[in-house]
Amino acid sequence: MSAAAFVKTYDLPPYNEREILRYAGVKGAGKEVDGLLKECLQEADGRFVGKVCYQEFSLQESPFSSLPKARLKGCVGYVVFAATVGLGIDRLIAKYEAISPVKALLMQAIGTERVESLCEAFCAELAAKKACEGLSVRKRFSPGYGDFAIEAQEEIFRVLQPQKHIGLAIGKSLLMSPSKSVTAIVGIGKEGRKEDYGCEVCTKACAYRKEK
Amino acid sequence: MKITEYIKENRIYLDGGLGTLLQAQGLPVGELPERWNLSQPEKIVAADKAYFDAGSNVVCANTFGANPFKFSDEELEEIICAALQNAKQARAQSEGKQEKWIALDIGPTGRMLAPYGDLDFEEAVAAFAQTIKLGVKYGAELIFIETMGDSYETKAALLAAKESCDLPVFVSNAYGEDGKLMTGATPAAMVALLEGMGADAIGVNCSFGPKMLAGVVEEYLKLSSVPVLCKPNAGLPKIENGATVYGLNAEEFAEEVAPLAQKGVRILGGCCGTSPSYIKALVKETEALPVLPIEKKIRTCVSSYTHAVEFGNAPVLIGERINPTGKKAFKEALRAGDIEYILKEGIAQQEKGVHILDVNVGLPEIDEKETLVNAVCRLQEVVDLPLQIDTSNIEAMEAALRRYNGKAMVNSVNGKQESMATVFPLVKKYGGVVVALTLDENGIPENAEGRVEIAKKILAKAREYGIEKKDIVFDPLALTVSADSSAGKETLAAVREIKCGLGCHTSLGVSNVSFGLPKRDIVNAAFFTLALGQGLSAAIMNPYSVEMMKTYYAYRALTGLDENCGEYVAFAQRVALETNIAPVQTAENDVNTLGGAIAKGLKEKAGVLTRELIKNKAALQIVQEEIVPALDLVGAGFERKTVYLPQLLMSAEAAKAAFEVIKENTPCGGATKCAFVLATVKGDIHDIGKNIVKLLLENYGFAVCDLGKDVPKERIVEKTVELHAPLVGLSALMTTTVPAMEETIRALRKQAPWCKVVVGGAVLTQEYADKIGADKYAKDAMETVRFAEEINERL
Repeated sequence: MSAAAFVKTYDLPPYNEREILRYAGVKGAGKEVDGLLKECLQEADGRFVGKVCYQEFSLQESPFSSLPKARLKGCVGYVVFAATVGLGIDRLIAKYEAISPVKALLMQAIGTERVESLCEAFCAELAAKKACEGLSVRKRFSPGYGDFAIEAQEEIFRVLQPQKHIGLAIGKSLLMSPSKSVTAIVGIGKEGRKEDYGCEVCTKACAYRKEK
Repeated sequence: MKITEYIKENRIYLDGGLGTLLQAQGLPVGELPERWNLSQPEKIVAADKAYFDAGSNVVCANTFGANPFKFSDEELEEIICAALQNAKQARAQSEGKQEKWIALDIGPTGRMLAPYGDLDFEEAVAAFAQTIKLGVKYGAELIFIETMGDSYETKAALLAAKESCDLPVFVSNAYGEDGKLMTGATPAAMVALLEGMGADAIGVNCSFGPKMLAGVVEEYLKLSSVPVLCKPNAGLPKIENGATVYGLNAEEFAEEVAPLAQKGVRILGGCCGTSPSYIKALVKETEALPVLPIEKKIRTCVSSYTHAVEFGNAPVLIGERINPTGKKAFKEALRAGDIEYILKEGIAQQEKGVHILDVNVGLPEIDEKETLVNAVCRLQEVVDLPLQIDTSNIEAMEAALRRYNGKAMVNSVNGKQESMATVFPLVKKYGGVVVALTLDENGIPENAEGRVEIAKKILAKAREYGIEKKDIVFDPLALTVSADSSAGKETLAAVREIKCGLGCHTSLGVSNVSFGLPKRDIVNAAFFTLALGQGLSAAIMNPYSVEMMKTYYAYRALTGLDENCGEYVAFAQRVALETNIAPVQTAENDVNTLGGAIAKGLKEKAGVLTRELIKNKAALQIVQEEIVPALDLVGAGFERKTVYLPQLLMSAEAAKAAFEVIKENTPCGGATKCAFVLATVKGDIHDIGKNIVKLLLENYGFAVCDLGKDVPKERIVEKTVELHAPLVGLSALMTTTVPAMEETIRALRKQAPWCKVVVGGAVLTQEYADKIGADKYAKDAMETVRFAEEINERL
């Protein structure tokens, strides 16, 4: 079988404890959980991979039926990628589900922070590469977000084959395994465009809302 | 000629990449290449023929992704039929003079197996079996399982092949840069699993070019007793002028593969980026190289889904704690279906340093088969140690071995004809290292000679079943020294004789020796030392016994197994710490009340304080005066957003620790409020939110019946009706599973109209909850508790 997509492995950046605490539902300082978080970080460290597979398309060629056209307005092309930090953290989450829900929660939060940091690393590298070609990249967005239908997930999997390249699979309900994984699309345009994104465009009151 | 005969003397050449070829001919990105068997057969025939012309002995039919998850039953049959016909036509047209075979190509399903995905193991086996039976029907001569990144899925495919046909099976896995499968298995673990199940050849493909795969391939060559295969990519891909090209050209590829052939790889081919010219160059470069013989490796080895444990000079510790014999709390947990108890024991023993976990759940009044399978599946979700399946129930043994993700230790067989006739076929089919007890129809021989005689008899019988000596570990039985003063001596002599005379490994349930004596640890540890001195390979033992662990670490240090005595020193420091518990100044010391400990989330402290309190205070009083007010305080803080979720959970865990102490000390310290059925709905495989709700509800005294994740509506209804539960809680994480929630609610309304349904989860909103007809939307765990209390009040 042939590889249509590219695969890259990344070294993940240092942990951002503030982000981890935000994902765990802690706002501001979380002194009481510091000790537990340290233990979790120590145990989780070394259990992550940083794998991304991706493919670039021009706006004309599209193997996807439901691209979010509005978000790609003014783009010349786009990159579709799938990223995962691997099954190691799922195993730790499962372990602590059995013996300590609070540690399970913290492991969840650590995993989320890791996969987001992986996406950041990938997108930053892509932006640098495209800058050399005089192009800029838009913010990434994922199936299930805004007008990008969750069902696009299946098409992304058919095209990228992340199961084969990075061990990322999809289930009947379109949930991914390993759970700490992201699929997303990144528009590539001629000039930069300031866009509102994430918490700024969302009107919902949510536990994970980023504080300004 | 059969390929399994041919390979004894010859090197076999496989084909190269197919996807690359088809894409060059216009296969659009995202289209399933298997459809071209029907729509563009001439192109498939041409590609297959080109490989036969280039010198391939084996061409894989274009069936890599042909499975029932991607195609309907009718289309699947058409595709497999056409693919094999295309390959046969190519063979007929080819003028290549070499021996030629056609393989049914089996790739991964694209789905992840449970528990980390939603594909049930048996469903995977059935899917592979469906494809394989069609392959056999349309004339495949070999089953080629390849590019597998998950040991469990690999096992499912190999098991399906073994159960569906008699064709030879080659199995090839895809390794990552870390030298492991995507799901974590090392080459040693895979060799143990695949050889154990009877694969005819094993190896690696895809991922990288030949040089980067060399390390993994060499590991296979070192460990494997069957032929090793290697099918690398043409180096790493890069973009040139808008097209994907691979780093190595045909000649470079052949030059890089040649050293692997020289080291003993018997089956060579190419994967992504390779084409017929690569195979031609490969044949030319390597055909004159001498064919090295395949040596049998004598290694006694079990494996988990991550690693292998080998029996050798270093003693292997098998944790004995997951066994209800003599454990009242464990028996109760088994009867109540409380699997958590087993998981905790598993995790705790791993932390103490055991290498293998014995799993015994035998209790007359429970369904042992169901419980054992459940225990094995759940344990392999939370610990990565190989398991020892310990049961005398053959059905339970088979079911557990089937589901086990690796090569298990099997406990046990003995010299009785019936035992051998039932256990050996299972060991042969599923692989495994079997513990053989030296007893037979006449009981346990008193002296060592008698036990060695039985061992010989067992070895001879095992050979008849095709089970090799290396896959048997003898347990010459530690008998009670207080009943017979020569018991210890005879067992030690048997260990020595089996080790030196028969060349087999041994294992002992050490603790039996001290039965009936005071301070049993002292005797056990001394016996363990003596047995190790006689060559004992493994012990089924209690890792919480410091005396036993002292022996283990000291033995390793004294026999050159512990470089610089590093592990011994680390162990000694841990022991010193544990025995001189100096009061350390921590936050814990400022807290003197149970309520305070719970509010602060101090788990251990809460347990200790409850133990103190219960000496002169009634259980109910402790709950009402200490635990509930503290929980309420923290819960109210959470609702006011001055306390955050992790702190809420820390307090909940501390309260749980207190409840556990109360439960130990009172005959019926269980739930005081109504039943609450809790489940994550069908399709959803993550359940952290639901587990948080469960913990809090239990603390507040509800009788929670947790049905787990991915639960079909029928099961939820059935349980609600059975318990006549007034409350049902449903959780969903994805918009795609909300429909399953809606269906569940509809079914509940019909069959359990009395119950109130509360829903929650990441995607749920009040609006959604109203739409699907829930009684209550709870935005967090505390809100669920408040609602449940309200309903409970009104009952």
